[in-house]
Parts: sequence; structure tokens; C-alpha cells
Amino acid sequence: MRIAIASGKGGAGKTSIAASLARMWPVPHILCDTDVEAPNLHIYLHPSLNDEEPVSIAVPGKVNQDLCTACGLCRQICGYGAIARFGKRISVFPDMCHGCGGCFDVCPTGALVEGTRALGGISLGSLGDGTPYLTGATRIGEVMTPPLIRALLSRLDDVERESHDGRDVLLDSPPGVSCPVMTVVSRADAVLMVVDPSPFGRSDFALAYEAFSRTGRKLACILNRAGQSESGDAAVRAFCREHDLPLLAEIPFSERCAAVLSRGELPFDAEAAWKSIFRDAAEKMRALFTGDCHD
Amino acid sequence: MTEQIAPKSRPAPLREIVVISGKGGTGKTSLTAAFAACAAEGGNAVLCDLDVDTPDLHIVLAPEVRESFEFRGRGKAVVAHPLCVACGECGRHCRFGAIVPGEGGKPVIDPLACEGCGVCKAFCPQQAIMLPEIICGEWHVSETRFGPFVHAVLRPGQENSGRLVSLVKQEARNLARKIGRDTLLCDGSPGTGCPVISSLSGATLAVCVIEPSLSGKSDFERVASVCRHFRIPVGVVINRCTLNPDITEQLEAFCRQEGYAIFGKVPFDASLVRTTAAGLAATEEDTPLARTIRDIWQRIDTFKAPLLQGRPFIPAAPAGS
Repeated sequence: MRIAIASGKGGAGKTSIAASLARMWPVPHILCDTDVEAPNLHIYLHPSLNDEEPVSIAVPGKVNQDLCTACGLCRQICGYGAIARFGKRISVFPDMCHGCGGCFDVCPTGALVEGTRALGGISLGSLGDGTPYLTGATRIGEVMTPPLIRALLSRLDDVERESHDGRDVLLDSPPGVSCPVMTVVSRADAVLMVVDPSPFGRSDFALAYEAFSRTGRKLACILNRAGQSESGDAAVRAFCREHDLPLLAEIPFSERCAAVLSRGELPFDAEAAWKSIFRDAAEKMRALFTGDCHD
Repeated sequence: MTEQIAPKSRPAPLREIVVISGKGGTGKTSLTAAFAACAAEGGNAVLCDLDVDTPDLHIVLAPEVRESFEFRGRGKAVVAHPLCVACGECGRHCRFGAIVPGEGGKPVIDPLACEGCGVCKAFCPQQAIMLPEIICGEWHVSETRFGPFVHAVLRPGQENSGRLVSLVKQEARNLARKIGRDTLLCDGSPGTGCPVISSLSGATLAVCVIEPSLSGKSDFERVASVCRHFRIPVGVVINRCTLNPDITEQLEAFCRQEGYAIFGKVPFDASLVRTTAAGLAATEEDTPLARTIRDIWQRIDTFKAPLLQGRPFIPAAPAGS
């Protein structure tokens, strides 16, 4: 069972909630930080990581002008403006390429020379208790994140296979509701939505619900930073009731917890209820998503 | 008397201030709204929301929409099964693993994996694959109490957000020139990828709203590197600085070392949530918080960015991202 922990709005608290759930997860599991533009889960969980493995895509690197007849078929098939023709000469712009490979397939003379563009890297490792941990980070200046996320998730497939026990996977997901998070959700079985009850948070929550519900994945919510505005909290509860969304926990806001989290620590000591809230939420998630009850 | 030859009139270059954050949830939108209220007093700004994925600035600006437009983009491949002869050619060419054999060996397209690149369509000998253009979102030109506002919303789960960001920004520029305003004040998008890079394209200043936490620091360092990569001047506002004075200090030291302007610090203030919930920008009230933010805007507004070496290059937004 792969559970994506997602939020729509950035900063809703999904990473600290993912880390807290991981700490209270009652059975062996795997952790994967798929927020490759801004990976942060390691800050709370301190995995030891192996060296980063580079990830790149195949792009047209250059044109062999001796073979090129400037027929322009490559330029026609490219949907991304990565190939242009100036007079009788074809030029390629690897930065614009999405890696569809159409240009190579369509070139009648094999004049395009394959090159690579670095997308970023992925790292594997584990927590102190042996929990496998995967993360990735985009190269600075790189536009495309989904192919790096796909590479990360296919490494996750390997790690899952090696663990042999069909264990649960918690995925810290990218924010937003477009390609990066949808790449993760499409490869997950269930989505835990972390909701911030501010007006901005509620607006983004509604957009996220619209995007995620369409994928047919099982959904549930956690209300974060509750207790700051009664009407905001009530609006989130009403939305959940109306859309039949299980609301698994409400996490009270406190400046004290925010300060602890800002240091990269989880407030298990600072906030007495933290432990029971997350133990309970983890059990409910397992019961809801996997139908498995653990006691 | 010799006739004076008037210099060729050229439109003055626009000032493009883009508020970004790296990490989401640092207060970027609340501060952008507060700056917008200040900028409105000068009457020189056009506002725009470049966070088309999860736009929120409209919640405070309460725009009156004047014009709306559809945003179209490439959709996903669709197979017309009566024409398909199950030759498998499409699947062999798809590099995204989006085509799997279904009933009778006929291809089934996974819309979540499909990039919409059109390679399958180009190679289908039966012309059985279509790539219909779809409506990916809407964009609007609106009027607000702080001035004109260009904004958009991507349909949830859709792609092409980088292209929509570029479009919104270009429309805001066009509007600014048309009505003679010299500043764009933009709420940028979070992260470091496609939409934020499109947000930064053409920016004359990136105002980075940072939260003093380890994750906020890590994300700021990443997004500041992106700005540096594209040679865009960076200045920072440290929001909720009282939550972690140690990290605030580290951030200030880092900025001084890297040459990033520090426009100011905003203390944690629970009233900001209430103000926003009431649909007000923080600077519409007269509070100590409002005065702090006004001072910060003053510094941003009068900031002369150092000349950076080289010409910034930002790739135009790729079609499918």
C-alpha cells in the first residue's frame, strides 16, 4: 500500500506530518520523499544516505551535419520547440527537450546524435531502525520534475521488491495540483490530504480534492493547525462531511510546536498529545486504506 | 534655428518584482497582498498571480473580473479503436510507458503517464490516434481596489502550468504598457521547477519570503541558486522571524555573505490569519505589523539592483510542463 501525503497548498505541514506518522507507523514500512524540488523529510528523520545517483534524459545532443539532409521531419514532430531549422541547417536546443524521442525515431538518416541532460539525482539509504529511505533532488535550473520523480518511483519499485513483505510505503509528495504531484498520486494507492484551515489553505484544498478524487484513489484528510479560527476549522469539517472524506485527525496549532518544528525536530516531547494523535491517525489510515487492523 | 530631433520614443523597461518562496506556506501571498496595498498608493503597478496551480491572491484582492479567456493546451493521446489494427507501433515509440496493450492487443493509454508529445500519433499507420486540444485553465483580467490584476487558474490535475504562467505574465506586461504603468508586482509560484522558472523569466527582482526553519532555509538556498543561475537579483524578507531567532540570524548572515539584500523581518503575528480571513491585506489596517510591512515595501520599491554580469537566459516554457 503506497500512501501519498499531499496537500495542494505548500507549507500546509505535510512533511512534518509525514515524519510524525512515520515515527508512529505500527509496522515496518518504506519512506520516500518525492518532493524533489524542495526535499525536506530528511531534516526531521535523519536518514543515512548513499551517494546520489545521477538521473538524466536522452535528448538530441547535436546534429551530424554530414548526415543531415535538413528535411525538417524532426522539427515537425517536436512539440516542445527544441529543434529549429535555420536555412539549410538543423539546430537542437536540449534545454527545451522533454525526452519523447520522436526526433530520433523520425530521422531518416540517423543524423541526430544522442546526448543527455542531467535532471538531478536520487539517493537511497535508511533510518537508524533500518527503515528504507529514498529521496531525490532536481538539478538547480532544471525545469522538468516528473521524469526525475518517475525514476525515483521506479527505484522504489526495486526497494519494495527486495523487501519481499509487501510493506506500506509513505510518500511525502510535492505541493500543488499539477504534474509533479499527479505523477506521484498516479503511482500511489491512497492519498492523505493535509489541510491548512486558512482561507488560502481551504481554497487549495478544494482544488486538490478535485484533482485527486478524479484519480479514483482512496482519500482521507488530516486537519493541521486547528484552533486558530473556529469558522475555518468548521468549513474544513463541513467540506469533509459533504464529500464523504474521512477526517482522521485534527492537530492543534501552537506557537511552541511551530518553534520546535522550525528546528527540524518533531514535537513529541513539547506537545503531550502529539504521540497519541499520530498513533491513532496511523492506525486509522491502515484500517481505512489497507483494511488491516493492528493492535 | 535647427530643428530638434526628438529621440525615438521607446517604452520604458518594466520593473518586474516577483515574490517567491521556495518552500510553500511561508506567507508569500499574504505579504504580496500587503505590498499590493502599498503599491496601490503609487498607482504604478499592475498585479498578477503567477501561482496558477493553487492561486490564492484573489482571495484577498476580491477581483471584479472584466474579461475571461480559456487557456488551451495539448491534451492526452486518444485511440479511435475502430481504426486501430493492434500493430503495436505506438507502444514501441512511447518513451513514457503510457501505452499498454489492452483487449485484443489494442493499445490503452494511461492519461496520467501520457505527456501528450504526439509521437504515437505521428507513427500510427492507421491514423487512429488523436491528440485533441483541451481547455487546461482560464485566465482573467480584473479590477481590484489595489489596481488592475491578471490572474489564472489551471484546471486541477492539468499540465502546461509553465506555459500558463508565461501567458499571464505577458498579458500583465501588455496591460501595463497599454495603461502606462511601469511596475509588475507578481505573486510567484513555490518550488524550484517549471512554474517558478517561468515566473522568474524577465524578473528584475526576486523577493524571497523565507521562514526561519531548517526546511525554509534549505528551500531558500535552492531557490536563491535558481535565481543566481538565471542572473536575477535576490532580496529577502524573513517572515515569522520570532519563531526561530537562531535560524533567522543564520539566514541574515548567509544573505550578507551571498550579497542578497535583506528588506526586513516580520515577527510572527497570529492576527495575520484573522486579517486574511476577513479578506484584508495586512497593510490596510493600522497596526505595528502593518507599519513593519510598509517599511519593507518602501525598501523594495526604492531598491536599485546591482548590475549582474551577463544576460539572463530562461528557456521559454516548454509546452507540456
